[in-house]
Amino acid sequence: MSEDNRKVVIELKDVCRDFKVGDEVVHALRGVSFKIYEGEFVTIQGTSGSGKSTLLNQIGCLDTPTSGEYYLDGVSVRKMGSNQRAKLRNRKIGFIFQNYNLLAKTTAVENVELPLMYNAKVKPKERRQRAIKALVEVGLGDRLEHKSNQMSGGQMQRVAIARALVNDPTIILADEATGNLDTRTSFEMLVLFQKLYNEGHTIIFVTHNPEIAQYSSRNIFLRDGQVQSDTINHNILNAEEALAKLPKKD
Amino acid sequence: MNIIILIAILVVAFLIYRRYRDESLLGMIFKVAIKALSNNKARSFLSMLGIIIGVAAVIVMMSIGQGSKEAVRKNISQMGTNIIMIRPGADRRGGVRMDPSSMQTLKQEDYEAIRNECKYVKYISPEVQSGGQAIYGSNNYNTTAYGESLEYMDIKQWEIEDGTCFTEQDVQTAAKVCIIGKTLVDNLFPDGQSPVGKTIRFKSTPVRVIGVLKSKGYNSFGMDQDNLMIMPYTSVMKRLLAQTYFQTINVSSLTEETTDQTIEELTEVLRRSHKLKDDAEDDFTIHSQAEMMETMSSTMDSITIILVVAAAFSLLVAGIGIMNIMLVSVTERTKEIGLRMSVGARSIDISVQFLIESILISITGGLLGVLLGYGISALATSLFGLPTSVPFWSVILSFVVCTIIGIVFGYIPAQKAANLDPIEAIRYE
Repeated sequence: MSEDNRKVVIELKDVCRDFKVGDEVVHALRGVSFKIYEGEFVTIQGTSGSGKSTLLNQIGCLDTPTSGEYYLDGVSVRKMGSNQRAKLRNRKIGFIFQNYNLLAKTTAVENVELPLMYNAKVKPKERRQRAIKALVEVGLGDRLEHKSNQMSGGQMQRVAIARALVNDPTIILADEATGNLDTRTSFEMLVLFQKLYNEGHTIIFVTHNPEIAQYSSRNIFLRDGQVQSDTINHNILNAEEALAKLPKKD
Repeated sequence: MNIIILIAILVVAFLIYRRYRDESLLGMIFKVAIKALSNNKARSFLSMLGIIIGVAAVIVMMSIGQGSKEAVRKNISQMGTNIIMIRPGADRRGGVRMDPSSMQTLKQEDYEAIRNECKYVKYISPEVQSGGQAIYGSNNYNTTAYGESLEYMDIKQWEIEDGTCFTEQDVQTAAKVCIIGKTLVDNLFPDGQSPVGKTIRFKSTPVRVIGVLKSKGYNSFGMDQDNLMIMPYTSVMKRLLAQTYFQTINVSSLTEETTDQTIEELTEVLRRSHKLKDDAEDDFTIHSQAEMMETMSSTMDSITIILVVAAAFSLLVAGIGIMNIMLVSVTERTKEIGLRMSVGARSIDISVQFLIESILISITGGLLGVLLGYGISALATSLFGLPTSVPFWSVILSFVVCTIIGIVFGYIPAQKAANLDPIEAIRYE
């Protein structure tokens, strides 16, 4: 596989992140380097305290490295101010959180519209159309006007995924996206993620569940703030088949 | 009228909002703010309540102040703005006790001198007063007898409803005749018979009623203008009081515009008549009705200001209430703020959102307060007969003040929201 021909969307070069806790300095990331190419489905695994969350914040442009360089789509993030990073998040990243983080008492469409609201270039009409399209894509075409408190966990997470897709991001960043769901719904989500992967989306999935790693194309293990292993998964399991094998809910 | 303008402005504002709510980021933020407030109706209303009460209090105070002022002005100008009063004694304020003899400086000679020499004076009437009980049959009533000249009726522009006025001859002979007001008629002649021609007793002196004054009702100080009797000044001086000096000389200037010239002329004539040296102080005081009106107005203004300032403090408290609620709201919605930030909201977007929420609370509260204020004012007028008038500028001022309160007290919560770290905010439980 000639990797150099593929487009690099994320490049970390010796990224370190230190936190000051009282008088002590905690090294959460101790020089992390890797490249993620367009169209990859990467899981980042590690035990708690391995630096997973810190790395996620770095990739998600919510934080900047203490040292080292991070290029998102070729742009260096390290020296960016918070407003520039906000814009970057808005245009290039789609976030999916463990607890969905939908706006309360708000319809599915309005929730999905949210990222586009902070993009002045998208007019209201287009905003709505794109939100509906994203919802149809995640299989919620019939739940457009349902409010967040009228939906099941799986539906809420689908709305969250639609919200992550709506700005047509460079990367989709999922943080334990199946952590709050039962096994069956988790697999339904994995089916959806695999569908997005097959459509060419770049997905980074942070999890501590090794099972999920089997359904992704590449696995990165973190340990004590460093990359312990980084392997290509040549035998990607099919989530749809796994779902079919699960006992049906009654 | 004002309320119609107000409603028109609101309708236009609403239409503009409808038109642009989806078009711009600001419109969108507005929509979000309205949604956030309506999601929590009870709380929004409670935080508004302070503003509502505060603004209503300010409006009511202003309307009562303005209403009373207008009523007083109207009253005084009804009495005639060209009226000038001369009183004995120097114009001393601050409680300096004066020699009683200084209160006896207005005499018959002064009256005649003014009548003969002052060309700006149209009508003149010396005045003496005597309070006491008027009795007719078994009925009695406390009243005041005013001793006046014939011209008094012209100065005051009063009319006689029944009977006639006294004559020049009555003045010459100090006749025991009187014209009485409606209140006296009602109390002394309750069975409805005409008092004209009857003889009543005032301070045990029999006086014949020759006329009844047209009713004028109460004035703005709550004084019954119909509880009086008017007699020739000579009669009151000789028959009732046995005194040789006047308490007041009432004069009317040719027109309102000549009031100042009249005062100058009067001063000159009186100083000459009293043989005052150039460096001596006047031993009399001249007030014009116009001047009184100004004094009354400015007194009313100060009272209004005090009331409004007191009411305005409640607005300050209301502002603190809004800040309190907004701070709670920011904490409660930390997660939402984190989410908005992670999908691309800048600090300024978040801060504007919370500012607009607090402005919305205070303006909506202000609007309801204005309506409530209008309502209370109208109620005060219809139930208690208080004169009220809501000045339109006070409505505008209320809105401006409410917006400022919203910005000032919304600022700290908005900054708190904007300065949240998105990483911590999104994981906040």
